[in-house]
Order: sequence, then C-alpha cells, then structure tokens
Amino acid sequence: MMNQKYETIIGLEVHVELNTKTKMFCRCSADYFGKEPNAHTCPVCLGLPGALPYTNKQAIEDCMKIGLSLNCEVSDLSRFERKNYFYPDLPKGYQISQYRWPLCIGGRLQVTGDSGQEVIIGINRVHQEEDTGKLTHQGAQTLIDYNRSGVPLVEVVTEPDFRDSSQVRDYAQKLQQLFRYLGVSNADMERGDMRLEANVSVRPVGQKELPNYRVELKNINSFRFMVAAIEYERTRQIEALEKGEKLTQETRGWDEAKKETYVQRSKEEANDYRYFPEPDLPELRFTNKDLRIKENLPELPWNKEKRFMEEYGISKNNAEILTEKLELAGWFEEAVKLGKEKGIAPQDLANYIVNQKITLVSQGDALHAVENFASKKVDLIEDEVEIEKLAKDAMTEDPEAVKNYQNGKLGAINALVGIVMKKTQGKANSTLAKEVLERLLR
Amino acid sequence: MNDLTKLTLIETIEGLKAGKFTEKELNNAYLEKIKELNPQLNAYLMVNEGVKGIPAAIKDIICTQNIQTTAGSKILSNYIPQYDATVINKLKNEGVGVIGKANMDEFAMGSSGENSAFGATKNPWNQSKVPGGSSSGSAAAVAADLCVFALGTDTGGSIRQPASLCGVVGLKPSYGRVSRYGAMPMASSFDQIGPITKTVADARKVLEWISGPDEYDSNCVAEKFKFQNSKFKDTIQNLKVGVPKEYFGEGLDKGVEKVVREAIDKLKELGAEIVEVSLPHTEYAIAAYYILMASEVSSNLARFDGIRFGDSRDKFGAEVKRRIMLGTFALSTGYYDDYFAKAAKVRTLIKQDFDKAFDPAAAGVDVIVGPVSPTVAWNLGEKVSDPLTMYLSDIYTISANLAGIPALSVPCGFSEGLPVGLQILGKYMDEETILNVGEVYEQATQWHSKRPDLRFKI
Repeated sequence: MMNQKYETIIGLEVHVELNTKTKMFCRCSADYFGKEPNAHTCPVCLGLPGALPYTNKQAIEDCMKIGLSLNCEVSDLSRFERKNYFYPDLPKGYQISQYRWPLCIGGRLQVTGDSGQEVIIGINRVHQEEDTGKLTHQGAQTLIDYNRSGVPLVEVVTEPDFRDSSQVRDYAQKLQQLFRYLGVSNADMERGDMRLEANVSVRPVGQKELPNYRVELKNINSFRFMVAAIEYERTRQIEALEKGEKLTQETRGWDEAKKETYVQRSKEEANDYRYFPEPDLPELRFTNKDLRIKENLPELPWNKEKRFMEEYGISKNNAEILTEKLELAGWFEEAVKLGKEKGIAPQDLANYIVNQKITLVSQGDALHAVENFASKKVDLIEDEVEIEKLAKDAMTEDPEAVKNYQNGKLGAINALVGIVMKKTQGKANSTLAKEVLERLLR
Repeated sequence: MNDLTKLTLIETIEGLKAGKFTEKELNNAYLEKIKELNPQLNAYLMVNEGVKGIPAAIKDIICTQNIQTTAGSKILSNYIPQYDATVINKLKNEGVGVIGKANMDEFAMGSSGENSAFGATKNPWNQSKVPGGSSSGSAAAVAADLCVFALGTDTGGSIRQPASLCGVVGLKPSYGRVSRYGAMPMASSFDQIGPITKTVADARKVLEWISGPDEYDSNCVAEKFKFQNSKFKDTIQNLKVGVPKEYFGEGLDKGVEKVVREAIDKLKELGAEIVEVSLPHTEYAIAAYYILMASEVSSNLARFDGIRFGDSRDKFGAEVKRRIMLGTFALSTGYYDDYFAKAAKVRTLIKQDFDKAFDPAAAGVDVIVGPVSPTVAWNLGEKVSDPLTMYLSDIYTISANLAGIPALSVPCGFSEGLPVGLQILGKYMDEETILNVGEVYEQATQWHSKRPDLRFKI
C-alpha cells in the first residue's frame, strides 16, 4: 500500500572483496574460501605484536578503477586510518580503513527504477579497507578463522539519493556487473564477496532536510532480501510516524522466515570508532597515476550497452542482455564480425544469441553460433502458452532449483530455463521462458 | 687475560678477528658477570645461557623468536614470539647473539624504569638511583659491562635519557632509518630502535648493521646508512653548532647546566662555531606529544585483549592504563579536532622550528646541542607518585621524536657524582654529522671511559 504523504530516503554502502592474489597488508594468499582454517595467516594478519602493515598496490589500483568507473576523482592526498573497536574477529583491535581521507571521492551513477525514470545517484566515496576474520559458533564455543583477516575490501558509499527499492536493486546489480567487468571481484553475494548495507528513513513529501534518524539495514546477503527489507522498513517507519512515534538511529537485520526486520543494535550501543591516521602507513599521493588507470579501463557495461544499440541497431532489451557479462558481449561482437561476411545482420544475430543464450554459453564459440544461424533454419518457440507449459514441467522436474530460487538464490532460475531449452533443443525464446518462470515462481 | 667485558664493540670485533679470544670465552665472561651483578641491578629479565656470537642485550619489547618478549608487562609474562624482528635478523647476519632480554618500563612507558612489572632496574653508578627509562635495562647493562652493546627503543627519549643517566652512548636514529618490524609499538609515528653503546664508534657500527630499507616497514624506505671511515673527519673545525635558548630555561638543574655549558665550551675549543638558535615551540612539545603518543598507545595496545595470547587487560600497570585512557579520550567524537588534530599541527610547527634552525638561508647550523635530561639520575621512588613531574623529565628529548630527526647522547661529565649526557641533534637522515661531532668530542674528553665501580671480582 503506497502512502503518498511520505517519501523514502535511502543511501547504500556496498562492500566488495577484491580478488587480488595477496591480502591488503601482508603477503598471505587472499584466497580464503573453503581453505583450512588459519592456514593463510602470518604475524601481520594475526595482529601479532610488532607486526606492521605493508600496502598491496594492486588493491589500491583496483580501488581506483572502481572509483574512476563511477566518475569519482582520485584524491590528491589520501590516508589510511584506524577504526578502533573490540571484536574477536578483529585481531589488531582496529581495522585499517579510510574515513577523513578516502582514496576516491565525488562520483555518480545513473540508475533506472521500476518507474522507468532515470535517476543520478551521487557517490560520496570509494575507499579501501581490510576484511576481518570469521567467527563460527559451535555450542558454547566460538572458533576464529583468520584466513579472511586482511583480505582487501573496497567500500562504495552513495549519497542518500535513492527514493525506492527498485532503484537500489538496479544500482546494486550495476555495481556487481561493474566489479565483474573490471575483473576486480567475483562479487558473489552468497559467498559474501559483495555485501549491502542500506540506510533507510522516511520524510513527509516536500520536506527538504534529511530526517534526523536513519535505520541501518545490515547483514543482508541477497538483492531480493534487501529489497524486501527496505519495503518492510518503509511501511514500518511510516506507520510509526503516523502513530506519532519518534524514530531513532538503529541497526536492523532481516528475518527471512518472519519477513520482517529486527533490531540488532540501538544508538546507545553504537561504537565510537575513534578514527585517526594510521601511523604505520605513509600517506598516499598520486601524480597522474589515475590518468593512466583511467585510460586503461575497459569499456563500462552501461557504455557498451549504449554503443551496441547505436552501432548495431539492436533493442535496449537485447543490448542489456548481451552486455550483462563481458564474455557474452565479446562473443556477440565476434559473431557480428563473422556474420558480416556471411551477410547476417547484427539484429538477427542478437535475437538469435539472446534466445539461444543458454545453449550458446555451453558452446562458447561465436563462429559456431554464426554457422548455426546460417545453416540451420531456426524456428523459435515464441508462444507464451506453450512456454508456460514447458516451464511448469521444468519446475516439477527440478524442485530443488525452485526452492533455492525462493530462498533468494536468484541464479537458480537458470537451471530451470536450461531445462526448457533442452526440452526444445534450444528453440524456445529463453528471455520469454525466464520471464514466464519468474512470474510462476513469484 | 684482561677483562673481555671492558672491550668496546670495535675492539671486540678486532679481538675475535685476530683470534685473541674466542666467542665462547667472550660470552662466558659476560655470562659470569651477569650472574654476579644482575641480581642487584635487575637489568635483564631473561638471560640466554646458550648465546652465541657477539653478545648484545635486547630491550624486551623487540620480538625474538622462541625467546620470551614481555615488554616489561604482566600481560605478556609468558609470551614467546613466533618471529624475529627485522633488527634481530640483521644482527644475526652480522654474527651478533642475544645474551638477554633487557628490563624496561612497561610497554616503554616511563622515564625511570620503575614502571616495569618485574621490578625496577638500578643505576650502576648508584644503586639507590633510577637508571632512566624506558630502555633502563639496556643502558644499565652497557654501563655495567653486562653486554657488548644493547638495543633500545626511543619514543620520547627512551634511548637517550637512560644513556645519559647511565653514562653511556645512546643514538635515536631518524624516523624511518631502522625498521620497526617486530618491535612492539608504543606510539608508531615516534618509535625508533637504536643502539646503546660504550663509544660513538660502536653506535655507528650498530647503526650500520640495523639500518636500511625493509619491505616489512612501509615507513622504512631510506637508503642504507653507510659507515664510511673516510667520512669521519676527526675535526669539527668550522662546524656550526646551535644552542637553543629554550633548552636552558627554568627546570634545568644548575649542576647539569654547568656540565653541559662546559661541553659546549669544549666544542668551541675544538673549532666549532657556537651560535644561539631558537626553537620557539619547544614549550608545547610535551603537551602535543602526550596527546599524540597516548592516542597511538590507546590503539596499539587494543590487541592485548586476552583472547589469543597474554593475560586480560586488568593486568596492565597504572601508567599504561593512564595513557590508554588519555588517548581514548583524545580520539573520541567531539574531541578529535580539539586534541589530536591540534596536537598534530603543533608537531608540524616543531618540525618547522628545526627546519629553520638547519636551513642555510636562516640560522644554518649543522647540529644542535643541549642537555638530554634536566637532572641527573634521581632516587628510586622519588617521582613515582607524580606522573606529571616524570613527564617533564622528557622535555629536551621529545622534540626530536616529534620532528623525526636523529639525536645522540654522549657522556659529557658528572654532577653530584652522577653522569650527564650531551645531546646532539641533527638534520633528518644526517646521522653522519652528529656521530662525527660526538666522536670528536668523546675522543677529546674521554668521559666515556669512566665506568661505575661495581666491585666485580675477576
């Protein structure tokens, strides 16, 4: 139920773990996933007394790539700083982060929400920090694994410019796509490569100032849950204000079973992080290095999408799908080049590749695609009724995928699309199949 | 055989090379002496009976693999590091061994050695007096010939002040000259490891060994310090020596002042040009230092949470707790700008004071000289209950740490029968000049050859 008296104010903090070889401040391997606990540790990332940090230059470069892609400026002078707090997963008693002197500042990204309206989201900062260790609770015991301690993290912080959850979703998906394009992170939500935190508040329409409180939504590990949590918060906060209650600063989590947010920490329990410049690391000053990095940035997904539409005359929908992954976009362009010799139009190839996407990925070969297209007469199945029947069959065949999807693993839908495609020898319109499945699974 | 423990480092190296004695004989001589004298002096917290190589005393805040490193704190009374500090690796490569871990004020916080959780070290010149601190055991061990040389750390004077009070040579190198990797930090932007030795030539030798870039310390990127005999000029003719008027004001003991003034006269006699300089922000140094240092302390000591190693935090001593609280307060929201940020500005001003004094376009001095400590060694227990008075004893040493410049303490005489040190401060990364001045003075006066009478029986 929409309440037109209020508007929602949302700011987003996105943490992304970089896929560098080594950790942020030592030479340990940064590849911690599934490794024997505490195998990738040394005096530095264990926080042993006397150990000192040493900066990973690749991580700094990756952070700059992200910042520059988001139209930020690289600060002339930036510093690492200490964020002080006690927690068993933080062996030094402080996290090396950035606060007053972030590496990149003042960017922007254009997003599109459900309304179709394009909105510019201001990027406050893109800064560099390190990850903490990982705690596992086993009964009364807590085990600590420091393999993740010191793995490079980049934090991207927006201005409070979002007005609804669909804009947040689009932004998060664009960032994920960017991280993968840049090759700086796998950006996998489930593995925790990418983490979202939203600051949500509401204010009466017409009010110019920001509300005097904000609710921080934390520890939410899927786009879908984040959207649900924001929606829930919006409603909860409006109801509270309508009742004349006063809202306060707090941190809340998302309970997927109950489909509601819950308080994790109130304002009174908030930490004073006592930031100050990290004395163990020199200041960061860059002269023209950012220019070189800027020159070497790959074509960004949103630019590629625009170019595909202009250069090849393909639809926005097709361009969006073809640029989703760098690999696929590459195949498409290769196929266009080859197709040109055989007199195949880019638009036809785009339609073909989009519809055959899933089988094509398994072939992984642009030449093959073009030859298939040229040699085979392709009868695409476009009938929604028929596709719906196939989709229902697929859901019966793979209840696991259905369950996974409903639990937030959105990628599980691809397995179901795959079944539909297999049943039709690749003739079904995969985009349509996916849309139908999404509808059925809702 | 002569008493091997009387030899300087240079003489020891030469003696070993010439085969006049063996490393074993050398170490046995020291171990025997330690056995007899350490129970009185408490200079060592741990003695390594199996020592090999040239025996050095290592301040117990510098990590030694498989050898206990307590930082003078109860909290780490059973802590055995898994790795060697960079300086230890470097010394081992030069054939130096760790004969023992030297007593110190807890986590290097103190000016008298009395903040050690394991009992105070006594001054070898008079055992009712403090040896200075925080490198109290290191200085006392060198003064009492319980090692060939020692390593200390200097955050606000912790090498120079005990060296001065114990009548030995102490060098705080420029910040970034020596890797700090493996030295438990007190205040990271001030800490430097440096030698405490019997002569200036020894200090030069040790500096040559332990300095140089280290890829484990991001602030230690300087070129390796080279000991070039050819560069040691045995003259200070035409050298311009600055005497800061702010270092001879209220609080400076008359006896100490007299000895230091005589030392300056001696420099003049040796050919130096003496000029008065001004370091106008000196009076703010202690205030700025105690804010910045305590802030860093509060963060550096956070890791001692009793979860992975060490005891719980209630085992910290009173001075450590005091500084953690001070620093935590200074960094708190709403206070940062008034305290930390302002103190950081004062630090810049103090750096500029020195820049001006050394600037050829301004005063243009080559070195600056003055006292190390406002008094000679005081009575054990005298200032324990008055931390502020204790803090003031660092007044002449703190500025070098704020500015990151090198500073040397050289024995320059006695007052009330206790040693007095002359402080020689130099330009950033110009240890060469202060060592030259120190050595010329030392050779002309021979104060360094005076040793305490400890009635050790050979």
